[in-house]
Amino acid sequence: MIDLSINFAGIKAPNPFWLASAPPTNSGYQIMKAFEAGWGGAVWKTLGVPVVNVSSRYGSVNYRNTRMMGFNNIELITDRPLADNLREIEEVKKYFPDHAVIASLMVESRAEWKQIIKDVENAGADGIELNFGCPHGMCERGMGSAVGQEPEVLKTIVEWVKDVAKTPVITKLSPNISHITDPGLAAVQGGTDSISLINTVKSIVGIDLDTYAPLPEVDGKGTNGGYCGPAVKPIAMHMVKDLAQHPEIGKVPISGIGGIETWRDVVEFILLGATSVQVCTAVMHYGFGIVREMEAGLRQFMEEKNYKTIYDFAGKALPNVTEWKHLNLKHKVIAEINADKCIGCELCYISCEDGAHQAISLSGDPGNRIPNIIEENCVGCNLCSLVCPVEDCITMVKRDDGSQHLTWEERTLNDDIPVTFDDDRAGGKGHFVPKPTDALKARSRS
Amino acid sequence: MAEYKRPESEAEFEKNFKQKKPLMNDTEAFYESSRCLFCYDAPCIQACPTHIDIPLFIKQIHTNNVTGSAKTIFDANWLGNACGVVCPTGVLCEGACVYNHQDVPPIQIGRLQNYATSKTINSDKEIFKIGASNGRRIAIIGSGPAGIACACELRTIGYDVDIFEAKEQPTGLVLHGVAPYKITNKEVLEEITYLQKQLGFNIKYNSAITSKKQLKDLESEYDAIFLGVGLGETATLNMEGEDKENVIGAVEFIEELRLKHHQIKVPNKVVVIGGGNTAMDAASESARMGARKTVLAYRKSKEDMGAYDFEYDLAISAGVDSLFNVTPIAIVGNKKVEGVKFAKTEIIDGELHTKKNNVFIVKCDMVIKATGQAKQRSLYELVDNLDIDHKTRIKVNEVTFQTSNPQYFAGGDAINGGAEVVNATYDGKMAAQGMHQWLTK
Repeated sequence: MIDLSINFAGIKAPNPFWLASAPPTNSGYQIMKAFEAGWGGAVWKTLGVPVVNVSSRYGSVNYRNTRMMGFNNIELITDRPLADNLREIEEVKKYFPDHAVIASLMVESRAEWKQIIKDVENAGADGIELNFGCPHGMCERGMGSAVGQEPEVLKTIVEWVKDVAKTPVITKLSPNISHITDPGLAAVQGGTDSISLINTVKSIVGIDLDTYAPLPEVDGKGTNGGYCGPAVKPIAMHMVKDLAQHPEIGKVPISGIGGIETWRDVVEFILLGATSVQVCTAVMHYGFGIVREMEAGLRQFMEEKNYKTIYDFAGKALPNVTEWKHLNLKHKVIAEINADKCIGCELCYISCEDGAHQAISLSGDPGNRIPNIIEENCVGCNLCSLVCPVEDCITMVKRDDGSQHLTWEERTLNDDIPVTFDDDRAGGKGHFVPKPTDALKARSRS
Repeated sequence: MAEYKRPESEAEFEKNFKQKKPLMNDTEAFYESSRCLFCYDAPCIQACPTHIDIPLFIKQIHTNNVTGSAKTIFDANWLGNACGVVCPTGVLCEGACVYNHQDVPPIQIGRLQNYATSKTINSDKEIFKIGASNGRRIAIIGSGPAGIACACELRTIGYDVDIFEAKEQPTGLVLHGVAPYKITNKEVLEEITYLQKQLGFNIKYNSAITSKKQLKDLESEYDAIFLGVGLGETATLNMEGEDKENVIGAVEFIEELRLKHHQIKVPNKVVVIGGGNTAMDAASESARMGARKTVLAYRKSKEDMGAYDFEYDLAISAGVDSLFNVTPIAIVGNKKVEGVKFAKTEIIDGELHTKKNNVFIVKCDMVIKATGQAKQRSLYELVDNLDIDHKTRIKVNEVTFQTSNPQYFAGGDAINGGAEVVNATYDGKMAAQGMHQWLTK
């Protein structure tokens, strides 16, 4: 029997699917609707200092026929009265006592923090999330990412919060920083109960080619927004991993955020150590109903792998995410084209030819468009298999027998690394490269 | 079993001849263009007789550079808009699309092409540049696709061009011979207006060239002459009763239909003789004009037909019946046609034999002969030293399209015996370059 319920730093929820603090959690109405649809928790749209919003707030990065592959916003924290939000938190908790309702907060002074924490806890919030992430608008006023980028300030505020909070505290981090472990460690040292990440990435998603203003455009001008959606998922996963692997930070639970839309995304974040996930853009695109696919997929995965709870596989990928110097230099893969599946688009040929290692040739016969791998030139880079539009047509086949294992670190220790530019031990030495002037020969297919 | 109500109005005609490849809307074009893989050395380009850079123009549509897309298309094919819808794309570019190899529907290249060019034509965007005048003049006989393409190309180089057209309207069979469900008259003419407005070639209508004197005048007034004269009227079959009323050639039938639409009346029972694409068109059109029964009769088997499978399927789907291995031996009736007497045929040792003892009559009110066009032999005989082959096709140099009389160049059906619009536009363009090469030698 699969049990999706979680206990995240003391915050209990029927499943790990939470809504991130964002427009979908702007009101009790939306959150009740979400819980009805199957979400296990919600982080309320950030409550805090009074704000005013602009009209025209979101921008999108579309890729080919896909809308909102990336998404940005210049919307600020909630502009609704605090009293309304508090009343609605209370009401939601009345109807959904077992779901997680977390209040996201952003204020300035210690006194304000103390007061607002008291307010939301009195309203029945199960936990609080500190918004140290928003990279637009609020940071200009010294809040949001302005805090997330200053570990010392961040630590101090976490300490203030922990001093008064009775419910678990989640510190939400900004990715707009060189090393995520810096604010991560500061949060842990400040006493946070858990961490969530990432908040949005500073971005300009587009320029209007007629008005020359960035998007979203507000009366001829624009400002940087916070970037999110599927495009940021790889950045988020890397940061989640960095924290989860850290000996100190890794001790607190992590709520993963960033481009999560499908069950696969959810599983990947959990494998990297997250034990709850937060979603925003996917809901802004498709509505609360997408949680059905996430839950069904997660259950299916757990059933097939024989996992009872998400804790059975949380962090399971972490031991395999290592440093480059620990990778086996003796591992060898080579591309293989399945001629029966090949449709002859020759994208593998041209991508390898122009973009990689000139390791694919054409048949020379106009009637045969199936390319050939030149095995001695193939470095096993994967590019051809990545551009191939046919499912399972190009596969990377293992060519070493697995008996040998040698890493850069081991070679360094054995004093067996290239030390000069002309060293025979350098990887590219002796590898086939066409003559520069070969580029000028007209392509012949005779 | 007739499926079509006899059209009594233009609206009813349009309904019966609904466009097979309707203009794409912006959304459809956006999604369809997103599917193109941008193949290397793309097979669709190779399959296109004019070698349009198809992946490029599709990518341009997708990146909302529709004008650039139209430029890419016209750069290779001067009738890019018409070809988008009249080309048999299923056997050309779309037939070559690599998606076919994984049973994924190919990109709708023809409709995307038509989308880009239509949008550009309708917005009257100026995209062509006339070449600086070199003072030389070219005469073109025939304003069909070969002649128009030749004229456009010559204008961009800097030649003055006069086209001599026997009929009242331009584009030859594109306007007069293509099935109405492939392209409307309006769309055909809009493209020509668009080209002519920017490129400024003259078309002299009702100006048939039929005499030696006219040719001599052209030869002295113009530096070179392009023959884009097509194949002419339907050939006679020399069959008993062929002169009866309501025995009509397919070319003439289709021309009348294209020009008069619902104002022509097709009787209840029609027999179409032939097995080529024109026969399929005529049969399909007859059915769509409300004939109760249309019978397609071909002297060999279904597999032997010259028509594309999709054209045959289209005729069948319009309610046409077919008879194979039959040959007409006489047309019966008094003054008007009342039926066709057929004899069964068989092929023995590769030769077609008529079984004279196995004959039958198919009653009908009209016979459409889609058995080939007569060719313009009488004109060719007026040109000095013009070599033609055994099928009455003008012989040309396959690169320059120059004929055996160096002042004459030729292209289109007149040299290939009858092919697609796209082949003619290619010939015309190449001939223009051939002329330029010859004249600047």
